[in-house]
Formats: sequence, structure tokens, C-alpha cells
Amino acid sequence: MARPWESAPGVPFYRDPKYRGIALQIGLCAALGYLAYSAIQTAAENLARSHVASGFGFWNVVAGFDISQTLIDYSPQSSTYGRAFWVGLLNTLVVAALGIVLATILGFTIGVARLSKNFLVERLATGYVELIRNVPLLLQLLFWYNAVLNALPGFAASFVLPGGILLNNRGLFMPRPLFADGTQILATFAVTVLLAALFNKVVGRSAGFWGAIGVRSVFTLSILVGLPIVVFVVVGAPFAFDYPEIGRFNVKGGFEILPEFVALVLGLVIYTAAFIAEVVRAGLRSVPRGQTDAAQALGLTRPQTLQLIVIPQAMRVIIPPLTNQYLNLTKNSSLAVAIGYPDLVQIFTGTVANQTNQPVEIVVLTMLVYLSFSLVTSLVMNFYNARHALVER
Amino acid sequence: MEAPTVAASRTNSAAVAYVRAAPAAAVLPPLTTVGVLAWFKDRLFSSVGSTVMTILIVLLLAWILPPLIDFLIVDATWSGSDREACLPSPARPEVGACWPFIGDRLAYVTYGSYPVASRWRVDAFFAMLACGTAWLLWLEAPRRDIGAVYFFVVLPLASLALLHGFPTLGLAVVDTAFWGGMMVTIVVAAVGIVTSLPIGIVLALGRRSKMPAVRLLCTLFIEIVRGVPLITVLFMASVMLPLFLPDTWSPDKLMRALVGVALFSSAYMAEVVRAGLQSIPRGQYDAAHALGLSFWQTSRLIVLPQALTVTIPNIVNSYIALFKDTTLVFFVGIFDFLKTIEAARADPKWSTSVTSATGYIFAALVYFVFCYAMSRYASRMEKRLGVGENR
Repeated sequence: MARPWESAPGVPFYRDPKYRGIALQIGLCAALGYLAYSAIQTAAENLARSHVASGFGFWNVVAGFDISQTLIDYSPQSSTYGRAFWVGLLNTLVVAALGIVLATILGFTIGVARLSKNFLVERLATGYVELIRNVPLLLQLLFWYNAVLNALPGFAASFVLPGGILLNNRGLFMPRPLFADGTQILATFAVTVLLAALFNKVVGRSAGFWGAIGVRSVFTLSILVGLPIVVFVVVGAPFAFDYPEIGRFNVKGGFEILPEFVALVLGLVIYTAAFIAEVVRAGLRSVPRGQTDAAQALGLTRPQTLQLIVIPQAMRVIIPPLTNQYLNLTKNSSLAVAIGYPDLVQIFTGTVANQTNQPVEIVVLTMLVYLSFSLVTSLVMNFYNARHALVER
Repeated sequence: MEAPTVAASRTNSAAVAYVRAAPAAAVLPPLTTVGVLAWFKDRLFSSVGSTVMTILIVLLLAWILPPLIDFLIVDATWSGSDREACLPSPARPEVGACWPFIGDRLAYVTYGSYPVASRWRVDAFFAMLACGTAWLLWLEAPRRDIGAVYFFVVLPLASLALLHGFPTLGLAVVDTAFWGGMMVTIVVAAVGIVTSLPIGIVLALGRRSKMPAVRLLCTLFIEIVRGVPLITVLFMASVMLPLFLPDTWSPDKLMRALVGVALFSSAYMAEVVRAGLQSIPRGQYDAAHALGLSFWQTSRLIVLPQALTVTIPNIVNSYIALFKDTTLVFFVGIFDFLKTIEAARADPKWSTSVTSATGYIFAALVYFVFCYAMSRYASRMEKRLGVGENR
């Protein structure tokens, strides 16, 4: 690092950039250390004065409050605050996972639509992106929850959607699959996936008809979807559906999804899809025009050009900002507090922090959870970049 | 082999009866290649798929637009003094948006509970802010350097005196608990905008520094803040600041939220500035070194002017994000614009089935106007800088 003109003879040490740098860093660390020390001292005094417990002793204390959506066993009488934490974390992850899948589908569709030659398609997609990106997410969530879902008719006048799904102001009621024999289903799916993978492996290397990407994906898909259907038709479907029905006082049967969940997923998907659409559009436009021209000169068809030339190059540009949007969606799911969906922030930094009166530990723990999400994501991204980055000569 | 004959016939063309002497009138291009029809064919019906999409979208618009226009204009209520005006009646079974509700609560969603007699101070603040913003955004404006000083130094002090009060000048102190509405949204956004750029620049320089301790501290701060949701940063600020500071300093609720927003937006701004710094070629640094400029001189005179100019569109984009994020101060009990809309919508005086939708649509419109204007500015700057030219 040392350059020839640094530490030159005749220069006093206090003008030497090296020593000045070291002095600056020591000073900075000392100042920060002093700030941290005095802050902690003050905090300790303030805590001692207000007789607030510190530490994570509350973790094993019975929580005593109910949660409207629990994916794991939880009862207000016997479950602990620690259990409530896991319930909240799982609820956050469910929203994030479903939101990511749906936002990706919607976002890619709109991103491609923005580059469409069709005037109406392009205008509609642009209007969507401009409208959604320029209105705060919190406002959109409140709108979906308070002005749309709460304004839906009561259960007696539910909307009946295709597939026996009911929608009313108490939420979304889906048919619940009743599994008869788990092993048969598992075995069928395992064989299917194995066959599809094998088919790809054998055929993937070969040139000609079987090696073409379109042919390969069509056949793989038909194995993945067709085989289970064939098996179920021959052997008899191993599951039935329990359809929700409108009862006298409530909706009976089926699988209930909270209106808060519906509003949160809807809001997050619609909002994030607008950003994903911009990422996709930028990615597709980053592939130089010459690439398409060259592909056509080689005699590739339009679908082939897209699959073999444009998309692989665009994905390299799309993937890093796309994962950023996934992280944003996960972090934005914390706005669930506004509409009362029991996610990590609502349960933990809301109810638990109020009951235990130990907000510092709880907020720090919540931050660590979100930090670990982004840390894991950036590790995966670094791995991906190392494998897929352009090798510059 | 026929060449001489052709040449010969051309020279005698006047003599040959069947060769025309005057040029024929130009034939109009086919109807399907120019004009409206061609546009329709090319942009709406170029293929089967395109035609299907066009029909589907027209059907979709026909399904959505009429009810929307009915709700917003045709069936909407335009005058009235309380909820009675916006209730459905046998004479008017369909009730649209309840606009008198907005008119009635407009002062509340603009000023919150700020004392009525002192609201001129808020108006003065809005006017000063508008001048400063225009001065900075208009690139051909005279003396933009004074504009920057005005915006980043004079304006913050003047607004503090105006809004909070300055007893020696006869401006009575108005506690921040009375602040609310659009005014708070703009204050939060403005504080975020004014503080995030300088702090972000320092953090970005620190992250690219050769000194390991400085680099580590800046990187840690940026990555931690960017890795967590704003809502946890706000909780942290509202819980931790009173705990870690001595009682005598204890900041009020608004101040704590402002600290949270400032820290959060600085971390994002740091990354935007860093991207700009990375676009500056190494030769610029070397040349500055060769001229004997110090680190701060290099940054101030050579690197930052170029880096910030290149990255103006991104800076404006992160201001848009910041403006939308100000809605989150909602969660720490501050009555920003969105929170006052929420409070107004719950007011029994105006409680009807359409009040919520009306309030949200109005709020969305206001946010949209602000953010869309900023994004138009950003994309104009982008074109002007030629950053977006390589397609």
C-alpha cells in the first residue's frame, strides 16, 4: 500500500499519511468506545431505576395470549414466549414465500408486457408500474384490508370463485385436501421427479430434436404433470376435497385463510411485482440488439432466440436485483402490524414486548432475524455470482 | 448485351410515342402501411396473439372503467356537511366517493392539530421549502451554490424557528405533539433528504477508505441498517434513544422518529453514492494525487462533483423511496399524513361505507403526485446525462 512518496525522508511523522491514518482510526475507535460505554452506563442506570428485568429470562415464560394463525401447536395457556416467537417467524416466512412466488410470476409477466409491441398491453403495464410504484405500500395494504376486504359481503352472501373457493369479509375459504394414503402420493411424486431428472440427464447432452430446449422442457413438464395424473386415474385419486359450505352461523369445512393474510399477500405481491417488472425490463433491454440480430442470422427462430440467447444473458443482469426485491418483500412483510396479521414483528415486537416490557432485547432479536435473512441471501448471491459472472479477458 | 439499345432508346425517348414525357403522379402508399390504419395494424393487431390481447384488454377496461368513473364522479357526493350527505337513500341507492369529507378534513390532514392562529407559519415553511426545492432542481437557475447553502443550512434553521417556535422573535413554541398531517410528512421527508446526503457521502467515502477500522465501521453500519426493516429501526430509535441518553436530553417522539429515518435513509444513500464513486475512473484520483491535492481536496473538487452528477437519478429515486417510507412513522405514534387520514376516516361524524375508500383514494392521489413528479424529474435527468443512452 505504501507509495513511494509516503514515508519519504525529511517528512515529519505527523505529516505522514500512514501515521495520520492510524491516529485517525485510534481516535475514531476511542470516541465510539467512549460513546458506547457511556450509553451503556446510562442505560444500566435507567433500567435499574425503572426496575425492568433484562436478559432473555422471559423466553420460557408462558405467553398467555392467543394468536389468530398458528402453523405449529400453540396454546395461550401453556405455550411460552419462545414458542410465540417461532409462530411469528413461521407466519412471516409463509407470507414471504407465497409472496415471492406470486410476485415473480406477476412481475415477469408485466416486465415482458412493458416491452410488448402491442400498444394497449404496453400502456397498461406501464400504467400499472407507475401507479403502484408511486403509492406507499402501507397505504396500499390499508386500502386492501379496510376498503376492499372489509367491504366484502358477509359469509351468507360470499362470492363463489371457481374451484369451490369462497370469498367474504371473514377471509378466503379454500377446499381442504383430505389425504388417504401418504405413502402412495410420496412414492408417485418421487418416481415422477426421478424420471424427469433422468430424462433430462440422458437427453440434455444430445444434439438435434431431443436436445432442443423447447422439446426438452415440454417433455419434462408432461412427465412431471402427466405421470401423477395417469397414476391417480388408474389407481384412483388418493385424496378428496373437503369443500367449504355456507352454514347458518359460519362457513363450515374447508381451509380458512385470514383476511389479514389475504390483504398482506395481495398488497405485497402487487407492490413488489411492479419493482420486479422494472428489473425484468432492464434485464431484457441490457442484451444488445446485435445478439438478437446474430441469432436470426444463424437461423434461430424467435422462441429459440429468446431461450438460447436473450434469456440466459438477461438473467445474469436480472438475478442480483431480483433477490434484492425478494429481500425487500420479506422486510416489507413487517408492515403486517398495520392490519393485524400475526407476523414476527406483530407478535414479538408488538404483543410480547408490551407484555414483558423488555423491548430492547426483543427489537434486537427481531433485527437479528431479518439480518440473518439478508446475510444468507447475500451468501447465496455471492456463490451465484462467482459461478455465473462474465469472465472478462 | 442489351446495354447500347437501352441507352439509345433513352436518348430518343421524346421521339417514342409510348414513353411518357412527364412523370406519373405518385401512387399513395397502401392504406395498411401508413397512417391510422397502419398504426392499428402494427400496434394492436399485428398477430393473432396481439389481437386476442387487444380484445381482452378492451373488455377489461370496459369492465373496470365505468364503475370507477361512476364511483369517482357520477355517483359521488360533492357537497354536504356531515355523513348524511353520503348515505345511500331510496332516491340514491348507489353512493360514490364522499368528497365533502375530504373538504371538511383538509385542514386537519394538512396541519394536524397545529394551533389555527399559527398556521401561517406552516404555510411560510411550505413556501420557503418550495423555493429552495425549485432553486436546486432547476439546473439553469442562477447561483445554485447559494441555493445549496440556503437549502442545507438556512432552510433547516428557519423551519425549526418557524415550526417549533422562537420566543425571542415572538413565535410561540408549538409542541411537536400538536404537529400533524402533510406538514409532518414533509418535515420527516425533508429531514431525511437534508441529512441523508451528507451522512451518506461520509459513509460511502468511509466504506471505500484504505483505513481498515474506518472501512469496517462504515460497512457494518450500512449493511446492518439495510438488512433490517425500517419499522424495527423506528422501534429501536423510539425505545433505545430514551434509554441510552440521560434524562435531561430525552428527545420527544417526533425527534426519535426523525433520528430513525435519518439513519435509515443515510445507509441507503451511502450505497447510491458509492455506486457513483465507483464510476469514477482511477485516473481521476491519480491525476489529483499528481497535482498534490489532499484526500479532502480530491473528494471535494474532483471526485464528488462527478460522482454525484452521474448518480442524480438514483439519488432522486432514493428520495422517492424515502418519501413513501415516511408513512411508517405511523407505527411510533406520529400523526403523519396517512395517520391523519386514518384518524379522519374513523371519525363518527363522517362514518359511512364509502368514507374509507374516499380517504385512501385521496391519500393515494397526493402521494402519487409527489412521487410521480420526482420520478419524472429523475428520468429527465437520466436522459440529459446520457446515462440511459446505451440500450
